[in-house]
Amino acid sequence: MSYALRRLVHSFFVLWAIVTILFLMFRLMPGNPLAAYINEQLTEEDQRLIMVQFGLDRPLYEQYLIYIANLFQGNLGMSFFRREPVWDVLKSALPNTLILTISGLVMAYVFGVLAGAWLATKRGTLAEGVIVPIALATRAAPEFWIGMILLTIFAFTLGWFPAGGANSPGATYASEWSRIFSFDFLLHITLPALTLALYLQGLPLLLMRSTMLEILHEEFITMSKIKGLSPWRITLHHAARNALLPVVTAFALGLGATLGGNVVVETVFSWPGLGRVLVSAVSQSDYPLAQGAFFLISLVLITLNFFVDLVYGLLDPRVSHG
Amino acid sequence: MANPAVLGRTAARSRSVFREGAARILRDPFSVAGLSIYLVLILIAIFADQLMTHDPTQILFRPNGRVANNQPPGGAFLLGTTNLGRDIYSQLVAGSRNALMVGLAAAISVAAIGTLIGLLSGYFGGKIDAFLMRLSDVALAIPFLPFVIVLSGFFRANTWNVVIAVALLLWPNTARVIRAQVLTVKERAYVEAARVTGASDMRILFTHVAPNILPLTFLYGSVAIGWAILTEAAVSFVGFGDPSRMSWGYMLQDAFVSQALSRGSWNWFLPPGICIILVVVAGFFLARGAEEVLFPKLRS
Repeated sequence: MSYALRRLVHSFFVLWAIVTILFLMFRLMPGNPLAAYINEQLTEEDQRLIMVQFGLDRPLYEQYLIYIANLFQGNLGMSFFRREPVWDVLKSALPNTLILTISGLVMAYVFGVLAGAWLATKRGTLAEGVIVPIALATRAAPEFWIGMILLTIFAFTLGWFPAGGANSPGATYASEWSRIFSFDFLLHITLPALTLALYLQGLPLLLMRSTMLEILHEEFITMSKIKGLSPWRITLHHAARNALLPVVTAFALGLGATLGGNVVVETVFSWPGLGRVLVSAVSQSDYPLAQGAFFLISLVLITLNFFVDLVYGLLDPRVSHG
Repeated sequence: MANPAVLGRTAARSRSVFREGAARILRDPFSVAGLSIYLVLILIAIFADQLMTHDPTQILFRPNGRVANNQPPGGAFLLGTTNLGRDIYSQLVAGSRNALMVGLAAAISVAAIGTLIGLLSGYFGGKIDAFLMRLSDVALAIPFLPFVIVLSGFFRANTWNVVIAVALLLWPNTARVIRAQVLTVKERAYVEAARVTGASDMRILFTHVAPNILPLTFLYGSVAIGWAILTEAAVSFVGFGDPSRMSWGYMLQDAFVSQALSRGSWNWFLPPGICIILVVVAGFFLARGAEEVLFPKLRS
């Protein structure tokens, strides 16, 4: 229990640090933060009023306290460009990003772990000689480039899948859930999720393979062989179980890269998620929206990391009782 | 005052470690492949001006006076042309310079910051260690690509911003491994001997401890090359790249927004991606070879 509490305190500390960096970063940006908001027709007096309205006339530490207080109340401010609350913009993008990330991760790790375990039993065969370099190459490829290749083959040449978006234009749904479980949504998510999965599967596959190779030499495996257990049973029940721990670690360490990498995948497939909101906010100099999107991405990341830490503590008692 | 005999022995030891390591790296086919790719990249970057057949940004014309847009590979245009009649092969060659520069600058800064912090953290311990490790926790928790995009989007679009962002966020991995290594090295007898002879902390740190962790620095530096090139490509792709510089990421963005995908212009968007893969893979291969030298237990 004290382990969970320690991790929670740590998560809050990291969140506070990121929020502070975020605040300073956006205040240190060159130019007036209102440059994009104020148009030329406004008089000096109007501009001053807007500065007051956004609290930009106060000392920096007061702005910081107001900013923190607003965050606690879930108030992320108003988007300069879209003239609506930042939270409303983010709220509609968040589910799309979460679903995309989770389906990509699940596909990648299920496939990677199984294929890696299987590959460990094929040491020195042709399969190893072909699959290992391919796995390495997908890890080294730019994520968006994998997306471009899939898009060209499956959307433009074969026409099996739509080229972008999360739903067909004009479609209406009774609720968010009915939208997400529609066949149309499934068609749209296939290529971006596959891109993410292709990019991510290399790490669990290679890691699982190398840890399995180490474990297969250990004495308890020899013992199981002497006991006459089937090779399949030895691989899955005895070796794979012990090889999973480094994979969970890699999963946790990779979360940040995954969530961040979404930005480019969402751009390739015009996927209406947080990453695209961030990119368009930055290119429109929409400071509050960019700040909000960055904050939410960080928050999701910290939350996921917290849960992974807990699972890790359960899998390896040495961690939680250390 | 350090004992010259101890010093001499340490120097000889680290020199032989290096020579043995270099020999082993050259015996590993993966490392040789990685080194060869780097060598080719460096040569192409140096002789880019001689290798280019056209000006990579110039709009080219056919003999009949019409713009040579969307030309297939072959003939005067080795890899064909873009939708605006620019030579793809020459862009690819010009992009190698950017890749080399970004990769090297990022690798050097990540390795330098990571090594310095790892050394200080591991050697001094206590409050310094606690502070630096909390700092690394925070750096690791920041979503990487969004941070780079915000930084290069709001400040002037500039290749150096990508390098700075990569250095700011990637040092913790290096620092942590080096810290762990320093913790074991500083307990060794020769460090103890140096301390007994009255060597200062700084002297012990930089003449006795640092040489033993340098191979790790190279290992993490070579991985950072790939990360920096991938990051620069991603930033260029979402449109915040340096407009004054030809890069492989810019080429991919150009192809994407110019509908090269729906036209099926494979000759445009395939080559830059393959170049990026080769350079990043080279880093992986070299790291793999270096790992086997550093951690002989892994050798099978």
